[in-house]
Amino acid sequence: MKEFRISMPMRYIINSLLLVAFIVAGHLITQSGLLGRAHNANIVSVGIFIILAVSLNLSTGYLGQLPLGHAGFMAIGAYAGAIFWRSGLLPSTASVPAGLLVAGLAAAVVGVIIGIPALRLKGDYLAIITLGFGEIIRVIINNLDSVTGGAGGLHGIPRHSNFLIVYLCVIICCIAIHMLMKSRHGRAILSIRENEIAAESCGINTTYYKVMAFAFSAFFAGIAGALFAGNIGLLVPGEFDFMTSINILMIVVLGGMGSMAGSVIAASILTSLPLFMAALNEYRMIIYALMLIIVMLFKPSGLLGTYDFSLSRLLEKLIRRRIAAKSKVKEGEA
Amino acid sequence: MLLVSQLINGLQLGSIYALVALGYTMVYGIIKLLNFAHGEIIMVGGYIALFSLTLGNFHPVVAALLTVAGCTLLAVILEKLTYAPLRFAPRLSLLITAIGISILLQNVAQFFFDAAPRSFPASELFPVGTVMLGNVSVAYTSLVTIVLSIVSMISLTILVQRTKLGKAMRAVSEDTEAAQLMGVNVNNVITFTFAVGAALAGIGALLFVARFPQVTPTMGAMLGLKAFVAAVLGGIGSIPGAMVGGYAVGLIEVLAVYVGLSRWTDGLVFLVLIIVLLVRPTGIMGRKLMEKV
Repeated sequence: MKEFRISMPMRYIINSLLLVAFIVAGHLITQSGLLGRAHNANIVSVGIFIILAVSLNLSTGYLGQLPLGHAGFMAIGAYAGAIFWRSGLLPSTASVPAGLLVAGLAAAVVGVIIGIPALRLKGDYLAIITLGFGEIIRVIINNLDSVTGGAGGLHGIPRHSNFLIVYLCVIICCIAIHMLMKSRHGRAILSIRENEIAAESCGINTTYYKVMAFAFSAFFAGIAGALFAGNIGLLVPGEFDFMTSINILMIVVLGGMGSMAGSVIAASILTSLPLFMAALNEYRMIIYALMLIIVMLFKPSGLLGTYDFSLSRLLEKLIRRRIAAKSKVKEGEA
Repeated sequence: MLLVSQLINGLQLGSIYALVALGYTMVYGIIKLLNFAHGEIIMVGGYIALFSLTLGNFHPVVAALLTVAGCTLLAVILEKLTYAPLRFAPRLSLLITAIGISILLQNVAQFFFDAAPRSFPASELFPVGTVMLGNVSVAYTSLVTIVLSIVSMISLTILVQRTKLGKAMRAVSEDTEAAQLMGVNVNNVITFTFAVGAALAGIGALLFVARFPQVTPTMGAMLGLKAFVAAVLGGIGSIPGAMVGGYAVGLIEVLAVYVGLSRWTDGLVFLVLIIVLLVRPTGIMGRKLMEKV
């Protein structure tokens, strides 16, 4: 018997309908004020952390490197977006997407500038050098008082980040990275993770692909940074220190390195945890750290490993099961 | 004269970085792990020293010994509980575990001792006063720090180069499997390396609180990071490299303040690190690693 399969156009239709439904429903619910301010704010910051985690997952999970300076890219995007918005260069409707684009591009350019020298180094040294760059970015922001407001912070940023904008960015980010990973460029990136030397000897330009993945990762981190600025309305350089990079890394590792679904789930849970467990807030970081160590000891690939969720695959499985059950009933009748 | 006393200041700071950097370098040399939790060992050492002086009212020598012993014990326990089960795991898991331990220790300390800094009675630990060298007055603590760190480094070099245990350590670092076949108890050697690194961190903790007399749960983070930079700068895995790197970082910091760039110090240290790594990817005194295909 031929296996049942959902055709590709059908898959696209199902997925796009669900995404549109999700965005519309989410927008209506958050606009109606049904959930209250605290929950709305939490939903927005979950979205921001999903973008951060999914983008870091590109360079950690898929490319197999360990950059420890993700907060640096986030900072560049946050300040670029905030300064652009404050300047009021464009009318408000065009200003939001333009600001996000400026933020993403600024971070991506810095990503390439950092990536070209840094990615010559491997493994631990890459981790160290990105950590160094992250700290340097923070020190520079801290000292450029006239542009960034220095340690006192940048105030009065227009608060553009609502559900609609943040989750549109989340969806764009996830789809872009998903499509990248399904293309031949994605396979080249995965081959670098599996065995760099073998990949190189197959004619893959490893430096080019590393820098490309790094720049993509920085681009989305920059967008997340701008959304972060537009969510809080105030930027302080201390927000983007080494611990922030580690927090994002923690989400990626717990979710499973190389699993987009894992990053999304882990970002949602870890970001909302403080809201739902206010009583546990004092122990929160202790619990996170213990979770990190325990996961590493017993399931080093993270909670979901490299598993990725596909709705169509799930539907196919269910429908196949139905068909099998029906044919069994028919056999019984015969 | 200000410059000379600033240089001595830099040497003092550099000695502390060098002592802590030795811990990073030794552990990296033997199991290729960047031990992110090393800075937190220093923080725990700081609290042990503080409580044994204030609550325990111990003699300073006893307090110092307790600090070093406490740090060593903590490192051995951590190694047995978390790093030993991961001996054959991918390096990335090991690194992330170390980061986890670092966050755990920081937050446990914050939970028990709260985040506010506690002042440290440095005058009970080291004699206060200055001594004239030529026409520059030097604080006793600076002299003690520099001398103590040099003594520690010489004894460490003798340990690694002249004793049987040191030979075993070098063998494990060269080729773990071959060392095992030659009858070296690899697990014990690794635990011992962690213990030595932590003992040096304990000494580093004492010297650090003598220089900056307060203790906070996050004091190890920046100190650890700088010492770590020192270790990488000098060439991670190399003992003389850690010393060179430590002094370099200490002097860079002090000179940056001297020329009026005090707000840029942290950035400068990392900038120098990046430049050195780009020119010599394994640090100033690191060996070039051959890649086996």
